[in-house]
Amino acid sequence: MLANFPFIAVGIIAIAGIVTMLLRVNIIRIIMGLTLLEAAGNFLLVAIGYRHNSIAPIFTSAPEEKIRPPAEMVLPTVQAMTLTSIVIGVATLALLLSFVMAIYRDYGTLDCRSIRKLQG
Amino acid sequence: MSKIVRSAADLLYPFILTFGFYIVVHGHLTAGGGFQGGAVIATGIALMFGANRYKVISQQIRGKMLRTCEAVGLIMFIIIGLCALIDGKSFLYNWLANADWLFGHPVTYGSNTGDLYTAGIIPILNIAIGIEVLGGLSLIILYMLSGVSEE
Amino acid sequence: MNLDSLVKHSPALVVALPLLLAFSTPLWSRFNKQLRNIWVVAGMCMTTLLGLFMAYNVLRYGPITYVFGASDPTQTIPHDSGGIPIRIIFNVDAMSAFMVIIIAIVGLATTIYARPSELRRKGLNSFYALLMLLIAGVLGLVCTGDLFNMFVFFEISSLAGAALVAYRIDKGIAVEAGLKYALISTVGGLFFLIAVALLYGQYGSLNIAVIAKMMQFTRLDRFALVFITVPLAMKAGAVPMHMWTPDAYSRAPSSITAFLVVSSQASLYALFRILFTLYNVTLDCRTFGWIIIILGVLSMFIGVTMALPQKTVKRLMAYHAISQTGYMLLGVGVGLATLCDQDKGGAFDVCGRTAMVGGVFHIINHAMYKGLLFLTAGAVIHRTGVRNLEELGGLGHSMKLTMVFFIIGALSIAGIPPFNGFASKILIYESVFMFSPYLAIIAILVSILTLASFVKVFHSMFMGPKLPKFAEVKDAPTPMMFGMGLLAVMIVIGGLFPTIVTENIVEPAVTALTNQSAYIRTIFILP
Repeated sequence: MLANFPFIAVGIIAIAGIVTMLLRVNIIRIIMGLTLLEAAGNFLLVAIGYRHNSIAPIFTSAPEEKIRPPAEMVLPTVQAMTLTSIVIGVATLALLLSFVMAIYRDYGTLDCRSIRKLQG
Repeated sequence: MSKIVRSAADLLYPFILTFGFYIVVHGHLTAGGGFQGGAVIATGIALMFGANRYKVISQQIRGKMLRTCEAVGLIMFIIIGLCALIDGKSFLYNWLANADWLFGHPVTYGSNTGDLYTAGIIPILNIAIGIEVLGGLSLIILYMLSGVSEE
Repeated sequence: MNLDSLVKHSPALVVALPLLLAFSTPLWSRFNKQLRNIWVVAGMCMTTLLGLFMAYNVLRYGPITYVFGASDPTQTIPHDSGGIPIRIIFNVDAMSAFMVIIIAIVGLATTIYARPSELRRKGLNSFYALLMLLIAGVLGLVCTGDLFNMFVFFEISSLAGAALVAYRIDKGIAVEAGLKYALISTVGGLFFLIAVALLYGQYGSLNIAVIAKMMQFTRLDRFALVFITVPLAMKAGAVPMHMWTPDAYSRAPSSITAFLVVSSQASLYALFRILFTLYNVTLDCRTFGWIIIILGVLSMFIGVTMALPQKTVKRLMAYHAISQTGYMLLGVGVGLATLCDQDKGGAFDVCGRTAMVGGVFHIINHAMYKGLLFLTAGAVIHRTGVRNLEELGGLGHSMKLTMVFFIIGALSIAGIPPFNGFASKILIYESVFMFSPYLAIIAILVSILTLASFVKVFHSMFMGPKLPKFAEVKDAPTPMMFGMGLLAVMIVIGGLFPTIVTENIVEPAVTALTNQSAYIRTIFILP
């Protein structure tokens, strides 16, 4: 049961992110909810790679008994996937915040109920 | 910001840049690499933006230089990847590993202390990505600050 | 570099070339702006030729695999890996080649069309860089054989597309459309990532062929299936998730809208690739096929009924794009529902395969005629400056060639022979009628409503007396004519000789899509 704790935490963070995106009115809060959802996705990726009693997948100055086969290292592919996802998240956040700045300059408000000129 | 903050930022700035470049260059030996180091360097530049007034700092760290950094980093990455096609190998094949001229020392198997001059094109790609990321992220901060009115 | 090695390296070059164009465009404009325009158009021509050449080789000689970072591009299993393919592998089979043909042709039309419409603005640097990035992203999405690589290219095309939608700021309205598109696409991408994480955690590999070989349909795989289908259907514009489509298509520059249609088709391709190649018969064919059919029918119906009362030209065409996506989902959904009966004389042979051929043929037809319609609407808006149908009128006197292109596009979307819309729609009607008559009746009804709505648009835009405020309006400029003419020629060829297109391009694509073991065999070749 304790071993499943990271995955339960992923679920809680994802639900918190989705609820924030659905219930908040200020656009910047909605983008914060998106950031929470991204954090949940990255956390899931890292948690999948964990192996019990293992070290980081780095050979520099690694202790000898963890390298002789069967090598006890955490999965490295998942960490590369997480890094890529974080980079994509940063780019998305920069783009979304630039859009919000342009909308604030032209519409004058950050209330998502008033940013609705495109309807029907 | 007050003179104390500006002086502290001026003092810390070279150390942050050095630390960032250390993370970039040692990407093939320990945790780190292009994006991580580039983000740290961009944090140093963001520190300078936060401590000084926008008019003053945008004369020193100019948008043109950051845009050039970004483009140069990206083009370096693609050109190094395409160089591997000359010999008939795949795109992004490690054509410098174990080849004895640049970053070409062979890697000892197993746990070792880490030799910086190994691993072929990987450190070069890390440096290219590091230059690109510092350009890109600093440019984002510069543009967002230019949209904020002076209060 | 001789022709053989060009073919061998073409999957990597077809993605690396637009990327190189995108990255070097800002540097060129430092020297000379005219040189940059020539550089971009020449580079795009080279990419189109390379894409068509690669597609020809794949359709003639079989699939091309490309392993990134290996010493030999075709060696998918290294000798010390224990029999599993380990690097990022691009697997270009007949269905990918089909999509590459569409992207190459529409990309070239878009790049040449875009020049006059952007000429009066500065910031053309970023426009070309983002367009090349979007083209590279979509080409990568259709060629890749690796799930996480598919996610990365999906995000690249979403972000570049959103930035291009908001490109003309238009007092903030276009930025609102771009914000909606970026927000929804990012949430979709995150769900896709969660599905990839679930699949990796179970099977230990990211390669589509490896997971297809080991797939047992556990409960986590069911979750992964839903988490993959919904974002990809959202990106394609299927109905409960279609809210971004009218806003984004109507506010983007018109050349970009024509390419966004292709980007939506590429997401549809990704959905079919995962449903047919990754899962194949392990999923519950009847249930899931009916879910796709219901998504298709809803899209068709709601798309066309929301299009009828619209007053802005491009918003109306965007709703029609949603409705036509419903046709593709209907055709391929019928194919999926009958996939389990694959023995001789079973339902797949009788109606499923023809429905799939119709659905996949509709993809290329839709890209061509929808692209042409958006480009003509863009030409009209560029010359008159007016987007509202109630204020337009009488343009048939001054914009004759544009009117001819519009007629070709409108007749094609309504399914009138001899244009290519008729060819794919009749395949869908016949096979879906054999599967379930009510669906075919709904499809025919939607087609009639489509014709009605385009008659209304044609009448308001081109018929009537010449209005005084449009007295100096000339016909569209030459690069725009070239872009529109390219797509119109493809429509007429597809309509007059549909069997040439189906036999050589569409049937191999459908065979490659449903034949999972052939896909696995292309990757698991032992040296």
